[in-house]
Amino acid sequence: MHQLIYFLRKYRFFLFFLLLETIALSLVINNNSFHRSKFVSSANNITGGFYNKTSSISDYFQLDIENAELAEENAALRNRMEQLLHTLDSVSEFRVIDTTQYYQQYIYISGRIQKNQYSRTNNFLTINLGARDSIDKEMAVVNSKGVIGITEKVSSNYARVQSILNSKSSISAKLKKDKNQLGNLKWDGKDYNIVQLLGLPRQADIQKGDTIITSGNSAIFPGGIPIGTAIDVQGGETSVNRVVNVKLFNDMSSLKNIYVIKNFDKIEIRQLESNPDE
Amino acid sequence: MNRTVMIIWLIVIFFLQVGVLNNINFAGYINPYLYIVFLFLFPLNKNLIPFLTFAFFYGLGIDYFSDTGGIHAFALVFVGYFRLFLIKLFFKKTEVDYLLFSLQRQSFGQVFNYVVTLTLIHHFILLSLDNFSFQNLGSVFLNTIYSSIFTLILYFLGSFIFRKKQVS
Repeated sequence: MHQLIYFLRKYRFFLFFLLLETIALSLVINNNSFHRSKFVSSANNITGGFYNKTSSISDYFQLDIENAELAEENAALRNRMEQLLHTLDSVSEFRVIDTTQYYQQYIYISGRIQKNQYSRTNNFLTINLGARDSIDKEMAVVNSKGVIGITEKVSSNYARVQSILNSKSSISAKLKKDKNQLGNLKWDGKDYNIVQLLGLPRQADIQKGDTIITSGNSAIFPGGIPIGTAIDVQGGETSVNRVVNVKLFNDMSSLKNIYVIKNFDKIEIRQLESNPDE
Repeated sequence: MNRTVMIIWLIVIFFLQVGVLNNINFAGYINPYLYIVFLFLFPLNKNLIPFLTFAFFYGLGIDYFSDTGGIHAFALVFVGYFRLFLIKLFFKKTEVDYLLFSLQRQSFGQVFNYVVTLTLIHHFILLSLDNFSFQNLGSVFLNTIYSSIFTLILYFLGSFIFRKKQVS
């Protein structure tokens, strides 16, 4: 007993040091796993409020670029609308408007990025939407140019987004020209404008300059959201292990306005997929 | 430097770190981690427990703001534990001298060695934990060196400027 007390007294600083390091390390490991709830994150009211204040200042420096982007998107949407109106006009048959035909699967909720991050290996963003705006875990975050990430932790007013620039992120993607060839989008942590497309089947013919879009196979991202263009193919043209470098349409270092996409059918799809009776 | 001034400095540096320095991203990924000044300002004491506790919560505060789990807390506590060994190594000070010890009264060469060693160790632990895998080790080394240079320039400029003010 004396020995034990002597030991504890002699090494008490070292033991205390070990205790603190263990706590810190377990927090790091906790932070690196997607499905566990996070203790340390910027999606709480204190840090979220702080970033709300700072981003309301820094927003002014980017106003002209943001305005130009939004005007561009408006123009694109107006063009789409004109095309649709035109097809509606030219169709002679009478259309019945009822809720079963006009069922809406996705809803877009607009928001703003408060804290952007792109220089680390595992990047997280904070957005000014939370549970009050009916945001939940695992929803897609996009902007007019392409994908940004997936919401991961939600507080009442803020949410933390796991960026596609995160070594844990994995998004199902496909080629725009050949929609049956699926691959997985990952990031190797090097260049924040270039992500990697892995696991393309052998027969998929991918060339420089091909457009990559989301596949819509998961319950998170709708299909057809632009991601980027292929800039080179490494490891053999027809190999299974080839890695396609994809240059993102988004400049990940200057993001501001975003949409969170809510999938009304997500719960139904999840229940169906996790049915153990089959 | 008395206690109140030190606390004000630490709070100012904390918000400088999370508000400004975390967003510099020079050349895409190089950031200074100036909050390591905590180790240089906090008075020496043979009893490590209060110092390590404060270091842990200071680092954890930075972690909360930058979504990093616990890497800043880990790195700060780690170098904090070895601070006294380095004091003994570089300045030849023993427990008797701790009360009156101040970096401003030491010769620049010794201070430089001490600060550079602490910063390099801290940044290396921080960035390799941030990477959290054995891939990209080369870029972790490079990033450590670049970030350390950045931090050290800021620290020495800052300490030089504010030392002058106290004299006049």
